[in-house]
Amino acid sequence: MYAQMVKSTGEGVRSLDQMDPQERAFQERIDAGGKIEPKDWMPDGYRKTLVRQIGQHAHSEIVGQLPEGNWITRAPTLERKAILLAKVQDEAGHGLYLYCAAETLGVTRDQMTRDLLSGKMKYSSIFNYPTLTWADMGAVGWLVDGAAIMNQVPLQRTSYGPYARAMVRICKEESFHQRQGFDIMMKMARGTPEQKRMAQDALNRFWYPSLMMFGPSDAESVHSAQSMAWKIKMNSNDELRQKFVDLTAPQADYLGLTIPDENLKWNEEKGGYDFSEPDWDEFFDVLKGNGPCSVERLEDRNRAWDEGRWVREAMLAHADKKRAAKLAAE
Amino acid sequence: MATDAQLLEWLCRMGDNALVLGHRMSEWCGHAPVLEEDIALANTALDLIGQTQLWLGLAAEVEGAGRDADALAYRRDVMDFRNLLLVEQPNRDFGHTMMRQFLFDAWHIEMLRALKGHEHEQISAIAEKSLKEVTYHAERSADTVIALGDGTEESHTRMQAALDRLWPYVGEMFLSDDVDRAVCDPAPLREAFDARINAVLAEATLTRPDSDFAHKGGKTGVRHTEHLGHMLAVMQFLPRAYPDAQW
Repeated sequence: MYAQMVKSTGEGVRSLDQMDPQERAFQERIDAGGKIEPKDWMPDGYRKTLVRQIGQHAHSEIVGQLPEGNWITRAPTLERKAILLAKVQDEAGHGLYLYCAAETLGVTRDQMTRDLLSGKMKYSSIFNYPTLTWADMGAVGWLVDGAAIMNQVPLQRTSYGPYARAMVRICKEESFHQRQGFDIMMKMARGTPEQKRMAQDALNRFWYPSLMMFGPSDAESVHSAQSMAWKIKMNSNDELRQKFVDLTAPQADYLGLTIPDENLKWNEEKGGYDFSEPDWDEFFDVLKGNGPCSVERLEDRNRAWDEGRWVREAMLAHADKKRAAKLAAE
Repeated sequence: MATDAQLLEWLCRMGDNALVLGHRMSEWCGHAPVLEEDIALANTALDLIGQTQLWLGLAAEVEGAGRDADALAYRRDVMDFRNLLLVEQPNRDFGHTMMRQFLFDAWHIEMLRALKGHEHEQISAIAEKSLKEVTYHAERSADTVIALGDGTEESHTRMQAALDRLWPYVGEMFLSDDVDRAVCDPAPLREAFDARINAVLAEATLTRPDSDFAHKGGKTGVRHTEHLGHMLAVMQFLPRAYPDAQW
């Protein structure tokens, strides 16, 4: 998932006894593993939190097209170009499913788009980092999609039906993306000395930003507790980050690359790796709009939207004319 | 019957058209006016990249010099490219992009129809496969030209400007030389092309330019536009900078 620090009601989780009968029935349905559908009653906080979370995820897919799109015209073979283009196209498709899922909660895609463009709604911090060499296409697939999958797989069981179903499709495609990223990494890590250097450099730059994707520790967060009670968040941030490191560290070994963390060490007792925390000050700077590419990313999206205005208006005008002509003919 | 040299030259013309236009369409990725268009532009680009692999793959086979489709795409310079001048024109705005696509599709579909059933089995097979994709491209670009030509005053003005700007690159598609005539002469396709575009332009309320002036030199490689070199500089950067690398 690409949602970070999604705010919930902030009021803390209420017990079943504190709820009125309607809300209690709603919570019991979730507790029993049932799905909530668009026409069902739901608490206002559940709806708002979901809109924030799904919207943030959708925006991340759309802005996430940019760092990889940066290399489509420079892909080194016809096959690599086709695979990368298909991958970035999938991301646009994911954005589309997710906007549709959010629309079932009563917010329009246009409204969400405006909130993204104005900076009111956020997208994942990771897409504010630059892609500088071809190895970054490998690192993004391997690490960024790898981290996203950690979160998205459990979300296939999330309580909101349209979101869970969108996630089933997305997960199938994401695991392909992750594999193609690893495939690029393998070629680079086993290639010429220059390619190997690019691969290590990409890992150095993307390692900590990938760990940040899970968000800071949320053990104490009232927002997370509420989201977990509603089953729109399935695991804690620390739990997922640990799982990611445990899975990725041996892959880096296999590639012959070094994770840039002197403290990375297998801990027999906990059955997982010990590792260093990322620089959370940097993370909050990025969230505030001070990421290395934050300005460029929003500039890019705004330009595409502004320059496309005449096209969208013309399409609508033409459709209206056709409808009117059809009515007049009847 | 075409000689191997003629065949190679002709296959590079087909392959380079697909390569260069596919590249131009891929430049849009992530920047289209609306999400659905972003996905559709990528589809067209993907089809064209696939066609490039087939045409240039066959070209390399005919050449028999140990090159493959990637070597042809990434290691030739401007003077060895054989694409039409039309397809190397820059994207400019969405209107230019779709007008360029429409004009090319209207030629491409007739060309592929003529090639289907060609005596050269592999050419016939590639044409048949590509025709399915290009039939859809032609339908979509025509619909878009109609919608944007007819849509608003602004969109009408932009589409007319795009048509006027690109019109001098139409004629080259129908010029023929010995290489073309050895495989498939495009000149007789002009009538079907005219009928197709006249109908669409009328519905789009756009005026077909009077002039028959045609820039030429793309498919013969004699004189490309300045735009192609910049495209190749970007496209070929990695294989040129790291010639020993496998990707």
